[in-house]
Amino acid sequence: MRYAFYPGCSLERSAASYHKSAMAVADRLGLIFQEVDDWNCCGATEYFAVNKLPAYTLVARNLARVPDDLNQMIAPCSACYVNLKKTNKYMSKYPDLADQVSQALAAGGLGYDPGRLHVRHLLDVIVNDAGYKTIAQDVVRPLSGLRVAPYYGCLLVRPKNGFDNPEYPMSLDRLLRALGAEVVDYPLKAQCCGGHMTQISDKVAYELIRRLLHNAAEYHADVIACVCPMCQLNLDAYQANVNRHFGTDYRIPILYFTQLMALAFGTSAREAGLGSEIVSAYPALAKIDVEMPKEEDKRPHKRPSKQALPMPGKEAR
Amino acid sequence: MALDSDRRSSPRTFYEEVMANTPGGEALRLCLQCGTCGGSCPSGEDMDHSPRRIFAMLEANMKDKVLRSNTPWYCVSCYYCTERCPQQIPITDIMYTLRRMAIAEGLYEDADAPDWSQTFIGMVEQFGRSYELGLGTRYHLTHRPLGKTGLGTFALDMLRRYRLALTPNSIVEIDQLRAILNKAKELEGA
Amino acid sequence: MSERIGVYICHCGSNIADKVDVEEVAKWAADLPYVEVSRDYEFMCSSLGQELVEDDISERSLTRVVVAACSPHMHERTFRGACSRAGLNPYLFEMANIREHDSWIHEDQDSATYKAKALVSAAVHRVVHHEPLEPMKAKINHATLVVGGGVAGIQAALDIAVAGYPVYLVEREPSIGGHMAQFDKTFPTLDCSACVLTPKMVDVINHPNITLLSYSEVEDVEGYVGNFTVTIRRKARHVKEDLCTGCGICTEKCPKRIVDDVFEAGLGYRKAIYRPFPQAVPKYPVIDAENCIYFERGKCKACQMFCPTEAVDFEQQDEILTVEVGNIILATGYDLFDARKIPQYGYGRLANVFTSLEFERMVNAAGPTRGRIVLRDGVTAPSSIAIIHCVGSRDQNYHAYCSRICCMYSLKFAHLVHERLPEADVYNFYIDMRTPGKGYEEFYHRLLEEGTYFIRGRVAEITDAARRPGEEGKLIVQAEDTLIGSQRRVPVDMVILSPAIQARHDAAEIAHTFGISCSYDNWFIERHAKLDPVATMTDGVFIAGCAQGPKDIPDSVAQGAAAAARVLGLVSQGEVELEPVRASIDEERCSGCRICNDMCPYGAIDFIEELKVSRLNPARCKGCGNCVAACPSGVITGAHFSNEQLLAEIEGILVSLNEVEPAPQFERLQVWRSPSSSAL
Repeated sequence: MRYAFYPGCSLERSAASYHKSAMAVADRLGLIFQEVDDWNCCGATEYFAVNKLPAYTLVARNLARVPDDLNQMIAPCSACYVNLKKTNKYMSKYPDLADQVSQALAAGGLGYDPGRLHVRHLLDVIVNDAGYKTIAQDVVRPLSGLRVAPYYGCLLVRPKNGFDNPEYPMSLDRLLRALGAEVVDYPLKAQCCGGHMTQISDKVAYELIRRLLHNAAEYHADVIACVCPMCQLNLDAYQANVNRHFGTDYRIPILYFTQLMALAFGTSAREAGLGSEIVSAYPALAKIDVEMPKEEDKRPHKRPSKQALPMPGKEAR
Repeated sequence: MALDSDRRSSPRTFYEEVMANTPGGEALRLCLQCGTCGGSCPSGEDMDHSPRRIFAMLEANMKDKVLRSNTPWYCVSCYYCTERCPQQIPITDIMYTLRRMAIAEGLYEDADAPDWSQTFIGMVEQFGRSYELGLGTRYHLTHRPLGKTGLGTFALDMLRRYRLALTPNSIVEIDQLRAILNKAKELEGA
Repeated sequence: MSERIGVYICHCGSNIADKVDVEEVAKWAADLPYVEVSRDYEFMCSSLGQELVEDDISERSLTRVVVAACSPHMHERTFRGACSRAGLNPYLFEMANIREHDSWIHEDQDSATYKAKALVSAAVHRVVHHEPLEPMKAKINHATLVVGGGVAGIQAALDIAVAGYPVYLVEREPSIGGHMAQFDKTFPTLDCSACVLTPKMVDVINHPNITLLSYSEVEDVEGYVGNFTVTIRRKARHVKEDLCTGCGICTEKCPKRIVDDVFEAGLGYRKAIYRPFPQAVPKYPVIDAENCIYFERGKCKACQMFCPTEAVDFEQQDEILTVEVGNIILATGYDLFDARKIPQYGYGRLANVFTSLEFERMVNAAGPTRGRIVLRDGVTAPSSIAIIHCVGSRDQNYHAYCSRICCMYSLKFAHLVHERLPEADVYNFYIDMRTPGKGYEEFYHRLLEEGTYFIRGRVAEITDAARRPGEEGKLIVQAEDTLIGSQRRVPVDMVILSPAIQARHDAAEIAHTFGISCSYDNWFIERHAKLDPVATMTDGVFIAGCAQGPKDIPDSVAQGAAAAARVLGLVSQGEVELEPVRASIDEERCSGCRICNDMCPYGAIDFIEELKVSRLNPARCKGCGNCVAACPSGVITGAHFSNEQLLAEIEGILVSLNEVEPAPQFERLQVWRSPSSSAL
């Protein structure tokens, strides 16, 4: 299956490990990613704050540059994903907007038929196109004993993405389980990392980051798996600042889910892009090759006593 | 059922302008002031007005107070509000509209966030891609440089791990991008 | 032939006259063919207006009447009645709608008047081709079927039985009582629910006119008003009712315990052989074959062994029963919204989040905790409780409507907590306080006195992730307190959700079986939202209680009684007149293609195998015209809607268009759109 691949600015440098591991994973799974030629920045959460039409047009240039023979477009970064998807959707839904964007694109000799492309997040393509079964079969180094906390962040699951629940998503949980990891089901897995608040207000940003690190630590996670460069940056590169600010001592490595996939598929540490994270992942990853006694869960699952009242099932009917 | 925002030839009040400038914004008329948005917001405690109160103030056309508040700038785009709103109001998109209007009218109190955004887009318009080192240095040098000692550690950590490019990376067809953006600005101004 | 037509243009006060120049139209209409007299009048539907018509019929020997006024839905019957009284067949009358179809949708006078002329001309041309028709009479069977044994169904059944007529009461659960039997106390009087309901339940089983068919379901309904044939499946209880004494030993000895999802709302247990609750009516237990060890593996049979009267019968089969009834009342009740659809409230994931029905069972003295309020561990009493209003109601993402009862029962819960755990803190999180009934606002007042904390803010999320001291080990309810304007995190031990009530999961199938319709939110549709809430568009089928929409017990009882009254009205008349506006099939020329059979939404067309032709049941036919249009051989005619009549109507419009010059510009209609959804 061939896809147009939109890396986004972060994957060039600050999230190069995501790029590297994603390509390694795609290779193993037989997915062909074709980078969009001369793509430009999607504007992140900044462009729309300043102007409206130029912001949509900035994104649309990327949509327009996807060759006609490809109709699936992948964005590994959640912010790029939302921007691309939203622009695509609004252009289909609001003809006036589509008209103006088209006029602007025409000034650069480009055009885009609204709704032609199907914009998808990398996680969606991996779990739904390759499938959990295929992934499990390709695992040569199961992540047994490694307690991984899946971290979805916001923009992957909200607004509703159509393939996972916006409040309590499970697709990454299932993926990690297919890799053989011990998945930590902690309540804040889809709460906000703070986005660009690190630049606007330390107070707000550090508190949001602290909550996530605290919750993952409470549940004895060895590593947090991310789906977005912004989340990875905030949790990883600012971990030291958070520790200083609150007097805490978190040392949780933050990796991309593709890095864990790559390791499970048997790649070398280098191929999986390890080593660029600020909080080193090596101590935690030593676990994969070593049998460790299971640590007790902070919230022990006691067998309910005879007097306990029954719980309803977890799935809505 | 909501009023088609194109029905009026041009919006007459600040409230109507905000709705007209947001795709699907006319849903704002359906606000029941239930407070789900304010209750869900991760940065809500640090906003001077919760999103819900901003909407009440919008309906009352309190333009100055709304555009001067820090609320739109503290929005982290987590979309919890949009997802949970029982009237399906596109709240996050409205926050972006308020940011644009605050910049257009120069009415924000604290220049940090608007400057960050504007510096960011300056980089994008120059190179077609974001240039974090350039963005960071320009922004932080003008905004309380002495208070940002923590960020010095951050920058060094990033450089050491080769995660921060020293020079910008420009796209090839930057002229094409500029032509497109200029046309868009022209159309928007119209 | 030479007809003599009377034309009457109504002003309807200013409703029509403001936009349509009624005098002009009346004057213009006088020149139409066969028009003997043409008048305009202020209020045609008034007795004076009707007398105008009646007098003209007598004095001028009118043979046809046209009234141009409001919708036929409003007053066709009125004017037909006037014609009847003056000795003219009521079907020689035609009504032109120049209000809903004209004056109410135009801004411009010229356009409105122009259209009024066209509509009047159409009516005049058509009415010439009308035939006198006689209504059909159908006898009404005295027996009634009531579906649903909740409080509404019980009330309906009793009212009909007491009036002296036979009733079949069908209930799908093993016992009647419905949701009301699950509650502990009822608002605002705090009456014990079972105490007020069980006497009625006992009346039902004792009344000689009521045949109670519990643990039964309706499978099929044939026929029409006054003459329904209903097929009912009596599910096998595996207990012989004539031998069972209701002693309960079988239930005691049964080794298989399972979660009771229905009566105990998942909070308690029952056995495989069980009676849903102690005061069950009838008292006979039922074996849940899906969970019975004997049916699964052929072992056990403890119930049979211990039964002193040998009433247990594993071989018992379902029984199919056919009954003939004249009328049907559907009182099938509601389901509770599944709160797991709102994951951020934690139901199903966080142990101490409960639904309203679970809490009702908890506080019920005969419930799984004998009325003690405890956490999910079955032991610990909570020291703080949050009650959350509007879970899934008033929400475009789930149910747009307000469920009407939750504010009141949420207050009731607050009261019950104060009563049993006087030291506990109780928080009610609400958007609005809806207390419209008798004594309801006073009940709210009482709760304020009792010290409940009311926080106006729709809850954003319920979490167990502590952030601050005091939150460890608690459920934290996060909401914006809108009256203060800040976000609050309130740590509590227990959360009670007040979920929406919604139509039964199989409401659409039930509606289809009985030939009625559901609205967009799946409640059964009443004939008229304001003036006829218990009748449906299908004659002889009535609805009562929550099946028609969310309501409290007094309203359910009132609707049950109202439906019974309507039925009794029909039954006492003995026969009913059926509108003669219906189709007829020329069986001689029918080719037996059967296209019309499935087209009929009222099941009025049967196929006669022996003759290989389709036959219309005139009593079921409602004159919709589907079959008339669909018949490829053109052998079906619609009385009162013949080709001749319809073509004449069209001609009337075209003729008027040619006569009135110049044609004004018609305005563009406003288009209303729904708000966009948040999904990308």
